[in-house]
Amino acid sequence: MSRLLQWIFGRLPIGWLQLTHKRGRFLAALSGVAFANVLVFVQLGIMNSMGTATLRPYEFFSADIMISASDANALAEGGNVARQWMLQAFADPDVTAGMGLFVSNVPWDRGGKDISFTTFGIDPAEPGFLAPEIAGKIALLQVQDVAILDRLARGLTRDEAAAIRPQTPLSFETQNRTLTALDTFAGGGGFGGDGFMFISDQTFLSLFPSRSSGAPDHILLRVRPGADVAAVTSRLRGLISDPTLRIRSYADAAQEDLRYQQMQRPTGLIFGFGVLIGVLVGLVIVYQVLSADVADHLREYATFKAMGYGSRFFLGIVVEEALILGILGFLPGLAVGTAILTLMGKVTALPLGMTASMAIMVFVGTVVFSVLSGTFATRRLAAADPADLF
Amino acid sequence: MGSNMIVEARGLSHWFGDGEARKQALFDIDLALPRGSLTVLMGPSGSGKTTVLTLLGCLRGVQNGTVGLLGHELHGASEAELTALRQRLGFIFQSHNLHESLTAMQNVIMGVQVRPGVPDELARSAATQALGLVGLSDRLDYLPANLSGGQKQRVAVARALVGNPALVLADEPTAALDKDSAATIIDMLKRLGAERGTTTLLVTHDNRILDRADRILTLEDGRIVSIAGGT
Repeated sequence: MSRLLQWIFGRLPIGWLQLTHKRGRFLAALSGVAFANVLVFVQLGIMNSMGTATLRPYEFFSADIMISASDANALAEGGNVARQWMLQAFADPDVTAGMGLFVSNVPWDRGGKDISFTTFGIDPAEPGFLAPEIAGKIALLQVQDVAILDRLARGLTRDEAAAIRPQTPLSFETQNRTLTALDTFAGGGGFGGDGFMFISDQTFLSLFPSRSSGAPDHILLRVRPGADVAAVTSRLRGLISDPTLRIRSYADAAQEDLRYQQMQRPTGLIFGFGVLIGVLVGLVIVYQVLSADVADHLREYATFKAMGYGSRFFLGIVVEEALILGILGFLPGLAVGTAILTLMGKVTALPLGMTASMAIMVFVGTVVFSVLSGTFATRRLAAADPADLF
Repeated sequence: MGSNMIVEARGLSHWFGDGEARKQALFDIDLALPRGSLTVLMGPSGSGKTTVLTLLGCLRGVQNGTVGLLGHELHGASEAELTALRQRLGFIFQSHNLHESLTAMQNVIMGVQVRPGVPDELARSAATQALGLVGLSDRLDYLPANLSGGQKQRVAVARALVGNPALVLADEPTAALDKDSAATIIDMLKRLGAERGTTTLLVTHDNRILDRADRILTLEDGRIVSIAGGT
């Protein structure tokens, strides 16, 4: 390692030699950096997971434009939209199809282990509005009280989910009715529910008698192939006379939901602060280690100053130490962070895990913030006055 | 400055502190060190010996008077100029000031590496030779913690001399050494003076050294009060 660093820096790797001279302190410093990395990884993992979980239900559908109530910040939030606006939208020549989408949470009492499905009520005659995996099974929903269940839902065992087929359906009680699951799809647990479920709009209205077929939660629209979605959306805003409605492209609706979850919901802010705290902890640890190291070697540094070494040399030593701490601390942080995220993903059924982009981002951040800490620590070098050596 | 003079100071005065606390440490010092000479600077504590060393060693800025060092005027010199000049000097401190994380060899290499562009192999070879001169060929890879006080001081001497400096400034270099080691060091400085023209200014209270000095300057209260053995 010494030879490699000597080759890289073109001088004795004094930073490395200093750090490894006191191995106990070096290991403690690496553990501190690794700990800060783990903190950031876990918080980032949860934030990413929230993003993935937020966007996941949007992937179940295939639409170009979504009309929602003014307070519908998320797919499962907000008031209803009158179906008449869908008919109004058809007045635009580029709008080719529409479907009302009902959304609500449906509990399933499993005897002390209740789970909750974010449930979509859809028109079984409109498979074009669904992702291929679900569209292929939608015909089953034409039968009243039939459901397609999320096989990755939290609280549903994998064996139990795998057994669900039209030949071996799974029936369960909810909202004083019996639903029969005939098939499954891959959804996944989220922060608002344990999983997802598809039923027909008629079954949905049976489960929720207070809801009206004329007022779905959202209206999904498809436009003519090649049509400009932004232009159609803009025209619809002029065409539909209710100014309180949110008429957005489907992609924008998904992104706005994501921003809302990350920036306005307490959970998103908490995880964001978690990342910030991880970064600050890392900064403080590296600064403390380097600052103490500089203080410990002030006399040696003063000697080097007397010998004619300039400020760039000392900055180089501290940056070398910062890079070593940042890089070597990152590796165990990555390993432990990956293990924790994997474990958390298995326990919670949330889409938690290490991603390459997350690892690269944290690595670059670790190196940058370590060097920043090191640069701050060099201010203590001013106290190394070679004139005091005599 | 005479061509044979490594250092030539004229009217050198120096003060410490500000305002009411301002105190003059040196008074109108005139001093010249010929190339290859070994000069001993003596005097009681507080007489200004250390101040002279730090001024000639470019470790403090010259406030008043002129100091010519290796052909450069130190009065008004920039920090970068002073740093560059220090690379041509050798310092031996009373305390060895070795870097605890570096081996004897690595500590001495630091004395060569300060000059950019010195190949690694050349630096190692020079360091090995310098440690051989001070009798530590068998301690190249020892950390300071594993060396005796005298051995550490000899490593510090090797570090000061490895770059073949034009001027060596030494503060009580033999204080931690036994009689033989002290004699070896002083003989080596004398020999370097004769062979390479290395000039040495040495602060000491060690009477064993006085008879080997070319000149002895005595400072009292910031003034040179006597010069023995030369001008």
